[in-house]
Amino acid sequence: MSGYLSGVLAQLAINIVIAYSVFLPAAAGLLNLGAAGFVLVGGYTAGGLTSRLNVPLLAAIPLAGLAAALIAFLVSFPILRTRGVYMVLATFAFAEIVGGILLNIPALGGAAGLSVSAYAGLPLVFTVTALVVALVAWLLATRFGLAMRAVHDDENVALLFGTNLRLTQVLAFTAGGALGGIGGALLVHQFNFIDVQTTGVMFSIFVLLYVLMGGTQTAWGPIAGALFFTLVPEGLRRAAELSPSLKFLESSRYIVFGAAVVLVMMWRPEGLITRTLVERCYGLLRRNG
Amino acid sequence: MLGGILAFVAVGFTLTIGMLNFLNFTIPALFMLAAMTMWALGTTGSHPFAAGLPWLAAAALGVAVAVAASLLIERFTYRFMKTKYGDATEHALPLVSSLGFLLIFEHLVLTLWGSEPQRVELPLAQADLRIGGLIVGVPQLASLVLAFALVAALSALLSRTRLGRALRAIAENPDAATLMGIEVNRIVPVVFILTGVLSALAGILYAASYRTVSPFIGDDVAADAIAGMVLGGLGNVWGAIVGGLLVGMVKVLAISWFGAEIEKIPVWGLLLLLLVVKPTGLFGHARIGKGKF
Repeated sequence: MSGYLSGVLAQLAINIVIAYSVFLPAAAGLLNLGAAGFVLVGGYTAGGLTSRLNVPLLAAIPLAGLAAALIAFLVSFPILRTRGVYMVLATFAFAEIVGGILLNIPALGGAAGLSVSAYAGLPLVFTVTALVVALVAWLLATRFGLAMRAVHDDENVALLFGTNLRLTQVLAFTAGGALGGIGGALLVHQFNFIDVQTTGVMFSIFVLLYVLMGGTQTAWGPIAGALFFTLVPEGLRRAAELSPSLKFLESSRYIVFGAAVVLVMMWRPEGLITRTLVERCYGLLRRNG
Repeated sequence: MLGGILAFVAVGFTLTIGMLNFLNFTIPALFMLAAMTMWALGTTGSHPFAAGLPWLAAAALGVAVAVAASLLIERFTYRFMKTKYGDATEHALPLVSSLGFLLIFEHLVLTLWGSEPQRVELPLAQADLRIGGLIVGVPQLASLVLAFALVAALSALLSRTRLGRALRAIAENPDAATLMGIEVNRIVPVVFILTGVLSALAGILYAASYRTVSPFIGDDVAADAIAGMVLGGLGNVWGAIVGGLLVGMVKVLAISWFGAEIEKIPVWGLLLLLLVVKPTGLFGHARIGKGKF
């Protein structure tokens, strides 16, 4: 496998993990524009553990998830006080503060960023991603998943039917934080480097964007969104390289990509993959099989 | 003195949220588009559209381009969702599409004029006023005065005129407004025109005070303006002004006291703290911006 291809695939897998970190709160009706915050917490925890304390990589990844989950749990209480747009921006403020604090810790590299030597290869990244996908699929199938869906669709009715609203939201937010931490741990060890700039303002926005675009109704949505957001720009770049008649794409591929985003949203306003679509596919399979 | 510009942009944001419950991420694109258009038309050189126009004409055309872009955005985000899928605010879609437009415009400008920061020399930018011991740049002062004047005009428009009444009715409930005989599809573009004008003026004032423009000047300004808007409370134009000025002040003070490394913590820390204490911002309406998003 060429280095280029494996690089793209690893990026895709990491994007899927981070997408799920935003998807879980979104499935419970909480829009999280602070993905970067949890990714940074996880990335710096794992990176610090392996490079400064010589903790093995396999132990550092779950520890990073735990650290991010703890932070997510703690901030979920103040953040859940806010609603709607205010909440979106409170999570965003959280991410900015995490970035600002990490920028001022010289022991973790400060503005220069943190370099680590432990390397997470493609097999490890893929295994972790597969585990995360399986975990989320399982979570959605449990009673907790049902509670999340109920809260997402209508908080008041869910409350009337005896769902523990606060618990569901806090758990969804915490689980999302844990996945963000794991994503960050993979990110830092795949690229052997992390700094606050890699996860700037646009990072969180993009993650939320591809989750919403993929669709928040089913566990397939974030995968579809991450695929679209990773592969379409890369594909456009390759097309420009391979064929001279598509040369113009090289500089303008993000224009085409932005237009694609707008068009896809016009065509499928509830996200690429909706519950109806999945059920229709199951129906087709059943009829034929 | 960044505050005046932030106040402008914050008013743009708060207007679309208050009226349409739509967090319009194309505002940084409009901001940048106006500044870059002004630079391109107002200078001579080898870049496309180098016309060497007088600055005032170039700035006016910059505003016109931003307004045209804003109307285009309305057609493909808000209106589309509204006509086809009922109450668009149920979906987060306009948000996603507006980010798509942000990408389109930023990279359009990037391919057209390159990514290097360009110098803008406005005649007024050199002028400084001395009031007591304070040195105030003319563009900064102008942006402040202009911001207040525009918002006063905006408030009058919203509370006194027929158009303002229609806008407030749409903000209350678009469907009920339609039933009352308000043509939503003809009134909503007004909000986008206002947003376009506000962001474009802010962009031009930014170019005048900082003397440089680049395709990505909008991003950080927009993030700070959003912080200002939330501080002031969503949907409240005067709140946005106060919030924008506050964020500008906190930023400048933080940089001069602690250095540029730390500039983000005070602004966002203040915001988070305020939201914990008062989840609707300083002067926020209890109802706006809390619906499903």
